Amino acid sequence: MSLKLKALLKSPWVFHLSTGSCNNCDIETLDCLTPRFDVERFGILLAGSIKHADVLLVSGSCNRMSAEKLKTLYEQVPKPCLVVGIGTCTGSRGIFIDSYNCPVPLDKIIPVDAYIPGCPPKPEAIIAGVVKLIEKVGKG
Amino acid sequence: MILLNLLVFGFLVTSILGLTASWVDRKVTARVQYRVGPPFYQPLVDIIKLLGKETLVPTGSYRSVFLGAPLLGLAGAVTAASVLWMNQIHPQTGFTGDWIVVIYLLTIPSMSIIIGGFASRNPLASLGASREMKLVLSYELPFILAMLVPVVHSGLSIRLGDILLAQREAGAFAGNLSGILAMLVGLLCIQAKLALVPFDAPEAETEIVHGPLIEYSGTGLAMYKLTKNMMLFILPFFLIQMFLGGFSLAGWGILWSVLKFVGVLALITVIRNTNPRVRIDQAMRFFWGPMTVIAAVSLILALLGL
Repeated sequence: MSLKLKALLKSPWVFHLSTGSCNNCDIETLDCLTPRFDVERFGILLAGSIKHADVLLVSGSCNRMSAEKLKTLYEQVPKPCLVVGIGTCTGSRGIFIDSYNCPVPLDKIIPVDAYIPGCPPKPEAIIAGVVKLIEKVGKG
Repeated sequence: MILLNLLVFGFLVTSILGLTASWVDRKVTARVQYRVGPPFYQPLVDIIKLLGKETLVPTGSYRSVFLGAPLLGLAGAVTAASVLWMNQIHPQTGFTGDWIVVIYLLTIPSMSIIIGGFASRNPLASLGASREMKLVLSYELPFILAMLVPVVHSGLSIRLGDILLAQREAGAFAGNLSGILAMLVGLLCIQAKLALVPFDAPEAETEIVHGPLIEYSGTGLAMYKLTKNMMLFILPFFLIQMFLGGFSLAGWGILWSVLKFVGVLALITVIRNTNPRVRIDQAMRFFWGPMTVIAAVSLILALLGL
């Protein structure tokens, strides 16, 4: 594995994007940064600007308005970057699968590296998902 | 010889110590908040990661200035550090007026942030850069007044070497009444120079998302981060040279030097963790009001010989 990728996995800065979620997944994501879970142990920081981010955390069902913004933001992340879908909505659109406003799932819009299912997933599940993703990328 | 000094002491030693200082800052912050905190190598890994990322230049920005500004800031920090180290190791070899040169060089990183922010054509970056400019205007006056106190104590010499030698003979200037007052002002000015809470209005993360640095990615951001980490070492180092007798690099003196540095750094970190962010007008009023008055009073006390 190259030094570039190794360093990326040791300090993934996260940009957090809600594409029309009900806010539960966002609250659980923010819980990971609290003293109880403290993801800064793994070098994970919350980036305010998309230009500083290495990981794009997407939550929500990708409705028509936010799908365009999601594409724009994905183009603005400096590569190499990873994309993680949080919650059932990003995986299968959850209960909104029949909605007129959620035409396609997340991976039809941008490439996704990992899904973390749950409605909402617990902070433990989010951390476990991120660790699995890091292991997967680390093995090649 | 000069090149060696620039590369080894100015860049290598200062960046290693700066990255360590940044880790101490993050670890102490984490402990204050009952967290575990990042591992020791974290600041270095952050820099390596940013060097490996893509550098994006926003459309409509002034390309050469946008990419050149981080280099300017890094160059200013490296030069300031090598002047300070040179005076630390051979106090006799400095030139007359290097006190003025160092004070000028210490503003260059702030200037580079202003230039880079304005060049990036982002409204939030422009807002952050204009706030940074106001902050520079407000803290420079009390900072220079406070730094004049050691000059007065060392017999009106503007050579850093003379200030260090005078402290070796008469003990640290922080032992005097005027010295301790001026050091207090200097410490708060350093807080603003580093753009740490409570004076982090230029890059308020929750408000204007890192301000001037918002459009930077990859190498440019890595350089700004490295400059910031180096300044976290250089500014306390300057304060220690001015008021606490500098470092001594022989025998048990090393332990005492480390203790001085970690003490100043811990004070900065604790101030940063126990205060809310002030608005830019409040910061300006604070520096032009109470801080300038205290600095002027300490200067008058120093002239009276206290």
